Amino acid sequence: MRYAMAMDTKKCVGCGDCVVACQTENNVPLGYARDWIVEKVEGTYPSLNLELRSERCNHCENTPCVRTCPTGASHVIEGGIVKVTHDECIGCGACIQACPYEARYFHPDGYVDKCTFCDHRTSKGQDTACVAVCPTHSLTFGDLDDENSPISKLLRNRKWKTLAPEAGTKPNVYFLI
Amino acid sequence: MKTRRDFIKISALAAGGLAVLKPALSFSSGFFPDEEVPLDESEAQRTPTICEVCFWNCAAFAYKDRKGKVQKIIGNDIDLHSKGRLCPRGTGGPGMLYDKDRLKKPLLRVGKPGNQKFKEVSWEEALDFVAKKTREVGEKYGYESIALLDHGTTAHHFEHLFKSFGSDNTAEPAIAQCLGAREAGFINTYGAGIGSPEPTDLRNAKCLVLIGSHIGENMHNGIVQDMSTGLDRGMTVITVDPRFSTAASKSKFWLPIKPSTDIALLLAWMHVLIYEDLYDKDYIEQYAYGFDELKAHVRPFTPEWAYTKTDIPPQDIRKTAYEMAKAAPSVVIHPGRHTAWYGDDTQRTRAIAILNALLGAWGKKGGYYFPEKIRIPRFPHPKYPEPEWTWKDITKDKYKGAFTGVTNILIDASLPDTKLKHKIKAWYVVATNLIQSIPDQEKTKKALQNMEFVVVVDTMPTEITGYADVVLPECTYLERYDYLRTTRHKIPQVALRMPAVEPMYDTKPGWWISREIGLRLGLDKYFPWKDIEEVLDWQLKQVGSSLEEMKKVGVKSFEREEPLYLEDGEDYFFNTNTGKIELYSTDLDAMGYDPMPVYREHPQPEDGFYRLIYGRVPMHTFGRTINNPLLNELRDENHLWVNPKIAKLLDLKTGQEVWLRNQDGVVSTFPVKVRITERIRFDSVYLPHGFGQKNKKMGRAYGRGAADSEMITRVEIDDVTGGTGMRGNFVEILVEKPQKEEAES
Ligand code: SF4
Ligand code: SF4
Ligand code: SF4
Repeated sequence: MRYAMAMDTKKCVGCGDCVVACQTENNVPLGYARDWIVEKVEGTYPSLNLELRSERCNHCENTPCVRTCPTGASHVIEGGIVKVTHDECIGCGACIQACPYEARYFHPDGYVDKCTFCDHRTSKGQDTACVAVCPTHSLTFGDLDDENSPISKLLRNRKWKTLAPEAGTKPNVYFLI
Repeated sequence: MKTRRDFIKISALAAGGLAVLKPALSFSSGFFPDEEVPLDESEAQRTPTICEVCFWNCAAFAYKDRKGKVQKIIGNDIDLHSKGRLCPRGTGGPGMLYDKDRLKKPLLRVGKPGNQKFKEVSWEEALDFVAKKTREVGEKYGYESIALLDHGTTAHHFEHLFKSFGSDNTAEPAIAQCLGAREAGFINTYGAGIGSPEPTDLRNAKCLVLIGSHIGENMHNGIVQDMSTGLDRGMTVITVDPRFSTAASKSKFWLPIKPSTDIALLLAWMHVLIYEDLYDKDYIEQYAYGFDELKAHVRPFTPEWAYTKTDIPPQDIRKTAYEMAKAAPSVVIHPGRHTAWYGDDTQRTRAIAILNALLGAWGKKGGYYFPEKIRIPRFPHPKYPEPEWTWKDITKDKYKGAFTGVTNILIDASLPDTKLKHKIKAWYVVATNLIQSIPDQEKTKKALQNMEFVVVVDTMPTEITGYADVVLPECTYLERYDYLRTTRHKIPQVALRMPAVEPMYDTKPGWWISREIGLRLGLDKYFPWKDIEEVLDWQLKQVGSSLEEMKKVGVKSFEREEPLYLEDGEDYFFNTNTGKIELYSTDLDAMGYDPMPVYREHPQPEDGFYRLIYGRVPMHTFGRTINNPLLNELRDENHLWVNPKIAKLLDLKTGQEVWLRNQDGVVSTFPVKVRITERIRFDSVYLPHGFGQKNKKMGRAYGRGAADSEMITRVEIDDVTGGTGMRGNFVEILVEKPQKEEAES
């Protein structure tokens, strides 16, 4: 089992529904977010290109955050999901420093929090909250070890990129371009 | 100025409450601090609801946690409006319910002019007052002189009340500014309007043309989803917009048009389709009236001619016309939704309707389908009284194509010096912030001062509440029943909204408020039921369902009666004078309007001025959601989009605060931050709508960004429908804070 997410930049409209859905699903405090939207504009009027991305933790295969965590609170579970055990976390912030994607934040209750790939849902075979809500169906969650999963097919048939590949983290969130 | 009504800041009341300015501080920890873990759906209680965050009215389920709080709202899978997925605003619905800035108690204006304030009163006292005033005005001037300016689902309850006491003077800003022109344009072509949701068959279309319609920034849920599905299937999108909108960025062709020249482009497209023999000849021959006239009419409007008006190269006009023809009849030239722009708006939407006809798209798969809805009888009540005069008597002389009340004309009839033959003397304002939703704020305020009586029904302390004599706090959609939603769609559906939680504070549902007023006016016979559940159950039983069933399923589908599309060559009667699709409109002709669309030049900005283009952000519904804590997080202010060339000229930096001054010298109350971007033309600036609100009680929305509506003082009236075109306003960018009086509140 190797969980991953594909994010279709060609369809995303940057509406932020994935952000709100994560907030209400996971009770993320106001002022913080586990996922966010990035808008990139290139070119000059009228030859322009606009890329919209919904970003979150990349659930990397090679995890600098887990390596730097002194307590073992940051760890990897079944399917490659990177998680933080809240009551083992001492809030030192080493993982926040180590993550090249700024995917982690200090929760006001004193621990570090981030995207969990909604493992409370995905372990039951449901989609993540953000995938399930996206009105443009820009997000796809699935198992890369299964050749026939929609995500495997997408990655075979479409061009894609990952973020900051040079960091060597081997991200598991793929951006379809 | 001596006024009858002081603007009252509701904030003055908030007992001991500080205006919360920093969103993150308004909740200590999680949005729902009691519940640390994600909600387990299998344990949660779910209640069917219909989203009211915008008019799309998606059906959904509200999920409550163990403590009985609504934690999340998820679309109902079988609902055709949402297909199981809400937009960000709908997903953020709990933020509306738990917004601490909500109206909480009925408020009554007390004191002498110049020294007025609101007093919290009981519902008894507030309703007695409303009934007394309604009766006073009704007996003195006739009940017709009371106008209902409304929006949304609650409007239906008050429309019933109004008809019961004999006034048909009802209008929604949504008609004057959004749908009116487009409905008139299509009615005058096909004998049928478009309606909502738009029956565009995007799931099967091969080509979609958007003209100034920024789908994706306006989250009309079904259409956003359909467009995305279309992109997956390789549908060609052509977007006409002076701004590189999100939709433009998804399009194969983006035509960056010079603002106000759309009709020139539409005529040139017709020219290409007709003179290059690309239109659907069989369809036109069978169904259309006036083709020869149209052909002669568009003869001079070549792409070369259009280039001189629109800045769009002739080859691009041709190429895009060929794309449409290639896809025909599976092509949709989208009718748009906010269609009041420059005052010739019915004619522009007529041009869109005609273009669709030339491509044979109306009634065809991948074009426009025939929507159907289930007819549910009304709960029996006696016939309404016949009013002595209606909106028609003050509207139709001038705007002959108007088909329902027009807000700005009812406002005109409310002015002290009105020339109209009937006068409006009192207002019920229901669920619409007229200050923001109608242009020319000064006029609206003048009308307000002239009213004998103003009652506002709303959930939030919007600006208009400050002008009310009495404010009635409605509960939100998550706390109430409403009438059934009977969708006009591919499959007829009925949907139920029921309360997920009891009304918070001292708020009440709209149906209850209108009934209580009705009973106080002695209109018992129009409200022959105990509560709305009785009405809903009776109605549902007429179509073989029941309230009990609907409480479980939320949405129920019914069989269609007629086919979805026209068969090839099928006989069809269009509801026009000629029984055909009128390329040449006999009605417009008879009323003295151009029978075929004509291009007219519109004013362009003078040196130093830029055309103000306004639009939407996907996470907000106009100004109504800016204060919602969940949505405010996503966007809490607007930015003024400025082209880099202009930024250089004026030495502007991204993030710098500027003020706007329009052609009439009106200066924005609040500054707005500059966003330098290539996405906007050099002759225009862009400002998302809904921001820069002036009521301090809206803690998160107050003073954040600038209000486009404040800058819209020149209104170009659509000559056919009386709609309010708002795109003819020009602004200067001021880098220094202008000297002026203090903001209103
Ligand atoms: S919900 Fe979908 S379309 Fe909206 S921002 Fe997220 S990924 Fe993009
Ligand atoms: S997968 Fe779940 S936790 Fe991660 S961003 Fe999406 S909704 Fe939030
Ligand atoms: S489109 Fe969005 S805001 Fe409008 S009704 Fe649907 S979910 Fe609610």
